[in-house]
Amino acid sequence: MKLRDCEGVMTPQRKIRILIAKPGLDGHDRGAKVIARGFRDAGFEVIYTGLHQTPEQIVAAAIQEDVDAIGLSSLAGAHDYLFPKVIELLKEKGADDIIVFGGGIVPEEDMPALTQAGVKAIFTPGTPIEEAVKWVRENIKPEK
Amino acid sequence: MFKEDQLKKVVQEKEKWAEDLSKILCETPERLPRFTTVSDLEIKGLYTPEDIKDIDYSRDIGFPGVYPFIRGVQPSMYRGRLWTMRMFSGLGGPEETNKRFQYLLDHGETGLSIAFHYPTLMGYDSDSPNARGEIGKCGVAIDTLKDMEILFQGIPLNQVTTSMTINPPASILLAMYIVVAEKQGVGQKDIGGTIQNDMLKEFIAQKTFMLPPKPSLRIIVDTIEYCTKEVPRWNTISISGYHIREAGATAVQELAFTLADGIAYVEAAIERGLNVDDFAPRLSFFFDSHIDFFEEIAKFRAARTIWAKIMRERFMAKNPRSWMLRFHTQTAGCSLTAQQPYNNVVRTAYEALAAVLGGTQSLHTNSLDETYAIPTEEAAGIALRTQQILAEETGVGHTIDPLAGSYFVEALTRQIEELAWEYIRKIDEMGGMVAAIERGYPQAEIAEAAYKYQKQIDSGEKVIVGVNKYATEHPPITIWRMKPEIEERQLRRLREVKQTRNNQKVKELLNQIRIASKNGENLMPHLIDAAREYATIQEICDVWREVFGRYTDPGYF
Repeated sequence: MKLRDCEGVMTPQRKIRILIAKPGLDGHDRGAKVIARGFRDAGFEVIYTGLHQTPEQIVAAAIQEDVDAIGLSSLAGAHDYLFPKVIELLKEKGADDIIVFGGGIVPEEDMPALTQAGVKAIFTPGTPIEEAVKWVRENIKPEK
Repeated sequence: MFKEDQLKKVVQEKEKWAEDLSKILCETPERLPRFTTVSDLEIKGLYTPEDIKDIDYSRDIGFPGVYPFIRGVQPSMYRGRLWTMRMFSGLGGPEETNKRFQYLLDHGETGLSIAFHYPTLMGYDSDSPNARGEIGKCGVAIDTLKDMEILFQGIPLNQVTTSMTINPPASILLAMYIVVAEKQGVGQKDIGGTIQNDMLKEFIAQKTFMLPPKPSLRIIVDTIEYCTKEVPRWNTISISGYHIREAGATAVQELAFTLADGIAYVEAAIERGLNVDDFAPRLSFFFDSHIDFFEEIAKFRAARTIWAKIMRERFMAKNPRSWMLRFHTQTAGCSLTAQQPYNNVVRTAYEALAAVLGGTQSLHTNSLDETYAIPTEEAAGIALRTQQILAEETGVGHTIDPLAGSYFVEALTRQIEELAWEYIRKIDEMGGMVAAIERGYPQAEIAEAAYKYQKQIDSGEKVIVGVNKYATEHPPITIWRMKPEIEERQLRRLREVKQTRNNQKVKELLNQIRIASKNGENLMPHLIDAAREYATIQEICDVWREVFGRYTDPGYF
């Protein structure tokens, strides 16, 4: 939303702010880093949590950094517990306007449960950066 | 290697050929603007004697089993003994993994290799809050000696060697293995295997880290010191490039960073007062075999010659076995696709072939379904058969280093060698690998290479069949699933062990570890004592975290 200040001058829309997070013990961070960089090059503001974050730490960071969305990366099979846990905690903290999406190794058969839990998209191996960028632009609106 | 007048003739004829070719190319240009390896090295259309004109056979190519070992570290290579078929395995609990081991051994694998689940890798027990959701998912859950005993049920440790992919708690798992063997009546002098035990590449790439670099190195040197004396058939470390490559490094970076890590370990062991010729023969290596066929073969050959020169000239090792780079290879996980998973069987086969033509001592072949989950029995079976077909049907092992003398392969070997030396020199200038890691140098190089590669795929410059070309639908495959009963069983067992063991003894032994950690005593004897009394991995690691502090990810991207 463009804001006019007192002189009626247009100020640009706030950039989309995204937290890229690595929940759990999984150390595979190649994809998370590539996406983080791709998002930054696409003009989003990106904060990367680094590895080994608990769901609590991720939610705290998301709130503190005032992000519009969280991208969760998991390649070690614990997505079925960790992703819904993050969403549950966001709800608890009254921050469930923050959109959660994910990526990594997530078998097809696990996706319905994640969607049910509130994960809005999952980017699996082979996803071009531009596809993820496009999805973000279409689905995540920067907070006013 | 070639007479001057012969060479002149070749150069002249090549010029003529190039001229004729350029006329054809005006009409029918080449398919691509550049032909590059997966690591972006540009490859020429034709290699001739001119490309290797300065090579002296005896000095630069030589003989297998003879310095500088380009043609292989053993004089008879696969004619004497095939590479070890060592399939990386681990799933669910020790019962499930024991079953998988039996399956693979029955199907002809010749060495064991354990994949541990994330809590074990990170020094946590299954009942830790950090383990929620992670138990048994990407490897076997091991908390105490009890799990290791079940894991090796029916497997005689004097007849099989075992590689354990484990890093911060490597010394603990080794201690447990020693006790399992002891209970089988097999002494430390008679067990053989490897612990990965390579913390530097954790900070760089695999990221299962726990303690900061200095104490991590101290524990590694403790294991080297101990095994050199007490467990002579054990490879104390598997200095790894695989994970560095998987994180996005180029072939040259994989090679250079691995060998630079090796330099750091040799220096650390020498600093402890160990004699290089006592420990160097039991250092081993672990490389990736990626999809660019010739680049990988050249990389393996270059690896041997660089390490041989480092050991003989830089570290003045006298024992020829100290100069030998022995390595295990795994085919590249990151080259596999989720799309059209059966294509992965083909990729793995080509990568396995490259590893064998590169002279690997040991090989793991990935399964077709690993872009989804831990491999099913069937998928792992196909991967093992891939190696056996290579060994028994293709004849590639009939002669040693068959590609030696190829103008292309020899030129590429040297090119990769030179580029790797440049990196090694750069890292030396920074003060060595530990210093380079502290300033984020290898991590930045890798992140850069990974990003560049992804952009090349996204733009279509690099083709991945089934993903950005020939991307057709594929039917779903059946994958392995972890079961909640396995998790329940693991937690129950851990509770029982903690209840039935001598807790007072464990407490005392943990305190011994605390004391030894602080006063610099070699930790291994204490770890073996603690393992024997069923101390848990986390209990020991908690002591270390308390004494040495934790390393946290700096989060560069």
